[in-house]
Amino acid sequence: MSEHAAAAGGFLTIGLSHYLTVSAILFTLGIFGIFLNRKNLIVIMMSIELMLLAVNVNLVAFSSFLGDLVGQVFTMLVLTVAAAEAAIGLAIVVVFYRNRRSIEVEDINEMKG
Amino acid sequence: MPIPTTELPSFIAAYPEILMAVSALALLMLGVFRTKDSTTLVTWIIVVVMAVAAGLAIRGTHDFQTFNHLFVINGFTIFAKVLTLLGAGLTLLLINDWAHDEKIARFELPILVLFATLGMMLMISANDLISLYVGLELQSLSLYVLAAFHRDSQRATEAGVKYFVLGALASGLLLYGSSLVYGFAGTTNFDGLAAAVKSGPNTIGIIVGVVFVIAGLAFKVSAVPFHMWTPDVYEGAPTPITAFFSIAPKIAGLCLFLRVLVGPFAAMIEQWQQVIILISILSMAWGSIAAIAQKSIKRLMAYSSIGHVGYALIGLVVGNEEGARGLLFYLLVYLFMNVGTFAVILSMRVKGKYVEQISDLAGLSKNNPGVAMALAVLMFSMAGIPPMAGFLGKFYIFVAAVNAGFVTLAIVGLLASVVGAYYYLRLIKIMYFDEPAEAFDPPGLTTGIIMAVSSVLMLVFFIVPAPLVNGAEAAAKALFLG
Repeated sequence: MSEHAAAAGGFLTIGLSHYLTVSAILFTLGIFGIFLNRKNLIVIMMSIELMLLAVNVNLVAFSSFLGDLVGQVFTMLVLTVAAAEAAIGLAIVVVFYRNRRSIEVEDINEMKG
Repeated sequence: MPIPTTELPSFIAAYPEILMAVSALALLMLGVFRTKDSTTLVTWIIVVVMAVAAGLAIRGTHDFQTFNHLFVINGFTIFAKVLTLLGAGLTLLLINDWAHDEKIARFELPILVLFATLGMMLMISANDLISLYVGLELQSLSLYVLAAFHRDSQRATEAGVKYFVLGALASGLLLYGSSLVYGFAGTTNFDGLAAAVKSGPNTIGIIVGVVFVIAGLAFKVSAVPFHMWTPDVYEGAPTPITAFFSIAPKIAGLCLFLRVLVGPFAAMIEQWQQVIILISILSMAWGSIAAIAQKSIKRLMAYSSIGHVGYALIGLVVGNEEGARGLLFYLLVYLFMNVGTFAVILSMRVKGKYVEQISDLAGLSKNNPGVAMALAVLMFSMAGIPPMAGFLGKFYIFVAAVNAGFVTLAIVGLLASVVGAYYYLRLIKIMYFDEPAEAFDPPGLTTGIIMAVSSVLMLVFFIVPAPLVNGAEAAAKALFLG
């Protein structure tokens, strides 16, 4: 029916490749957010979250496409671990702030070489 | 309607891990409810737990899968786990001595090491991309906290931030790769993947997925070009924790790397071999060259471990039993070399204060001949000069490479180790021929014993390598059977 509807009404059928494209774009944004970001650490944490969520989109799309539940189980675990990771990351950012009084990326410069 | 029943999985294969998880939780309780400082007590209990876990792993069943094929044990995983536990246990003793000196002894410190080790054991035994990810994250999350454990120190917290950001990026890459592999192969199970990869025409999707997985794992073992966090984290983190970083996670990471590439992706050897050759050559070369200009001994050790990872990866490139044997033997030697060297670094104390510049070692042979002798033996071993075990480690790796036709790779390795010899031998020159700097305090008892034992082992391994080589060979055989 979808083929038909698309032909008749001009609607685009959303297929696996669309989901994969969205998630690839999100993932790339996440990576660029980490490397091109000159502002502060919170933005980096958000970029990391973005990467993990892109992976989740991928997994759920594949899971639905393959008719296999393993992908969704994986997604649940990724969500859980991402929460733990965010908690630990924020804790480390807090201790860093206490010592340095800043969370600007350019202030992470004690060690070089 | 029949009630769906599920059989309880067999727990026996995971007894070491279950023991470690339960004791970690119990020890947290102990630490909270005991009013006195329990760091030493908890450390020793954990050392005993690790020894028992190693015993359980050795005596346990072989060639067994459980938890819905998420978890596997065979001769290879047992060998890798015993190495990891050994590395973690020895560094734990170093950590305890140091924590009391620096007055930051808290019982959470050894427990975090236990959790990290548990994560490593789980990832070594993973038989599925899901269990691999969960094990790897348990390890990494504990390591991020350990890096920043000295929370009043600006350098340690900065090391924690850097390690966290780049480690999370690596996990993201690994996960993205896993999701692509899952989507294009239709399963996350290693045996299923092996079958799918072997039978199918391998689409570009699965190849891209494998490359992402390799990038993620290369980050975790700090292979060039994914090494940029290593020097900063090694320098900033407290010294004994750096020792832990350089040993147990490297061993577990390389064993996992080997299992993933020669297990599920064995049939794609053409594709991944090129990538591993590249990162192996880059790691060997950069590890040797960048170390030359270093002034801090911890940074030197960071580049040294990058170089050693490069050599070990040659065993992975070869991708056969001989290569795996070489890699395992190399890791065994690497473990004792690094534990010994870090014990020496931890004995670099002037009037109760830790120093870490290479120039502080000047004239050590006059002030403290025993420590100088131990470090000299370890440095000869690191450089791969006979009659030390480091030579044998490199020898087995290079022989495996030459036998499999990777002559160029072996030559690059030899050249890199010649360059590497320069900075290892420079330490010896500074200790023996330079004007003495201020004398170090005598090393603590545990530190001294670890230093002495590991430098003696460097000679012992060279004289009687047979038992260890046979052990590594049996483990390598088990890897290619299962």
